[in-house]
Amino acid sequence: MNRIKELFSRKKEKILSVYFTAGYPNLHDTGLVIQALTKAGTDMIEIGMPYSDPLADGPVIQHSSTIALKNGMNMRLLFQQLKDLKSLSDDLPPLILMGYLNPVLQFGFEKFCRDASGCGISGLILPDLPFREYEKDYKGIMEKYNLKFIFLITPDTSEERIRKMDNLSDAFIYAVSSSSVTGRVTDEDRKESYFKRLRDMKLKNPVLVGFGVRDKRTFEHPCKYLNGAIVGTAFIQKLDQGGNIEKIAQEFEQSLR
Amino acid sequence: MKYGVDEFGYYGEFGGAYIPEMLFANVDQLQKNYLGIIEDKEFRKEFLQLLTDYAGRPTPLYFARRLSEKYRNNIFLKREDLCHTGAHKINNAIGQILMAERLGKKRIIAETGAGQHGVATATVCALKGLECLVYMGEKDMERQAPNVARMQMLGAKVVPATSGSKTLKDATNEAIRDWINNAHDTYYLIGSVVGPHPYPDMVARFQSVISEEIKSQIKNLTGKDLPDLVIACVGGGSNAAGAFYHFLEDEEVKLIEVEASGLGLDSGETAATTQLGRVGILHGSKSLVMQTDDGQVTEPYSISAGLDYPGIGPLHAHLYKTGRAKFMSATDDEAVHAAFELAQLEGIIPALESAHALAVLNKLDVRDKNIVVNLSGRGDKDMDTYMKRMKTL
Ligand SMILES: Cc1ncc(COP(=O)(O)O)c(C=O)c1O
Repeated sequence: MNRIKELFSRKKEKILSVYFTAGYPNLHDTGLVIQALTKAGTDMIEIGMPYSDPLADGPVIQHSSTIALKNGMNMRLLFQQLKDLKSLSDDLPPLILMGYLNPVLQFGFEKFCRDASGCGISGLILPDLPFREYEKDYKGIMEKYNLKFIFLITPDTSEERIRKMDNLSDAFIYAVSSSSVTGRVTDEDRKESYFKRLRDMKLKNPVLVGFGVRDKRTFEHPCKYLNGAIVGTAFIQKLDQGGNIEKIAQEFEQSLR
Repeated sequence: MKYGVDEFGYYGEFGGAYIPEMLFANVDQLQKNYLGIIEDKEFRKEFLQLLTDYAGRPTPLYFARRLSEKYRNNIFLKREDLCHTGAHKINNAIGQILMAERLGKKRIIAETGAGQHGVATATVCALKGLECLVYMGEKDMERQAPNVARMQMLGAKVVPATSGSKTLKDATNEAIRDWINNAHDTYYLIGSVVGPHPYPDMVARFQSVISEEIKSQIKNLTGKDLPDLVIACVGGGSNAAGAFYHFLEDEEVKLIEVEASGLGLDSGETAATTQLGRVGILHGSKSLVMQTDDGQVTEPYSISAGLDYPGIGPLHAHLYKTGRAKFMSATDDEAVHAAFELAQLEGIIPALESAHALAVLNKLDVRDKNIVVNLSGRGDKDMDTYMKRMKTL
């Protein structure tokens, strides 16, 4: 069974997914960060594939991408790191790759899916891959390698469109908490009606909320209505402060739960 | 139309709308409405009136006698440099500000390289009393300082883009991020035939007035229906798209696009996208993109801020792929040389961008042809660069 599916069949509440950028802060920290998050009890991990032009990201994730690329991060190396990690520990939470379409296309979409699947990846988030192109050109390939495609929705996504995505997906829906780039401090009160609306739609897939989740309050708020939340910028900021990665992950997890 | 856009925004394999969901509502609204609005009678009337009374159209098609003698062809300059604000960019800015108004948007953002599009946007925002914010690479703010001052005098706020090579690509990234953060009230007034569908088609339509005028002017000047050759420089490709638009389906008209090769094609310091790029995604569309083997977009270089861009509009990628247009390139030195030559043969100081188009005249192996060069802008903004070069020429 796909690991994401397996997670959601077991757990439906307060799911915490953490995003970090591969090859950051140091080139070979990728595996360390995953292990530290795993040990801390993170339910799911999103591994950011650094890109030169991350359009949907705010300054913190942009900076982490720039440093990761300077460190020498690339797709081939990432897959190697994941393979090495897999041979060390087989009890990892579901792993998802998140990034932009261009580096994936240059790598070769099918080859990318094959390698990702081969080193234990369960899903893919590519915010700039449009719906129509996904269905037409890429859906079949992803299914072949048992990879789940995760759709983003925003408060401006129409109900009709959300239902269409819900029908097409088979993992979870990534609800962007407000129309913004990552890492923006956004108004929590305004999100209430959005969360309620999504809850009341009774979608077939679980819904995780991302963008703007950074502490206990902003984690618990979406969890009240939906299945969990995704944190990225706030975790990277903790990594920025330096120190023992295992300890950072532990404290971070505790600060949210 | 062989070279037109299809219903999904593709020119052959290039184009589309590769945008995150945060921009979907905005782009979808534009996709569904832009043609209806452009074809609306009232819209057309206001657009044409502003082009005429405000921007100063039609611009002349000028027979450049001394340049023609030198290159032994009949060379006609399409004088976009005589437009209000000094470049073709105003045509598109007027069209899009009317579009923004029809869509009820109150806040306008734009990216700019040479600052010509920024000035054009600041101008139409002043005209319409709309808030205006222009993103500009830090490096470009230095080398095109007069345009920064103009934008500020027009009431726009100029925000430096400090990432990457601090040029047009980075300014565009910042503008797109701003758009994501302010999707409800903000209209993104893109300055070239780039970006997600429908921008490339919309901008090409607003610029198509250039070739519409050339078509009737060339007939008056030569008695022939069509020119033999049309030459334009290409950054994102809006002045080229405008100059070619009504000739695209007339295959007997040869089209030449001139890219900036900076210090030379093999120097690593260049912006010649079709020569060095591969198929990729940049700023919301699939096109040719200068990038590493890993798919990281590379930082281009050109002396001309308006051509210093690692991509090219999807229409142009299609024209390249199909062979409909021929692509040539000019180095910094060749462009500067061509600028001085035009200044001293014809008394016209061209923009550095336009100088790239002029720089291929000596590489053509034709004689006695009717050649139109799109003189996309004037060189006032580039005097600093020209003066520095004058000392070393
Ligand atoms: C005078 C002039 N020509 C050409 C360009 C390049 O843009 P495009 O290729 O869209 O015409 C610019 C851009 O700033 C410009 O100012």
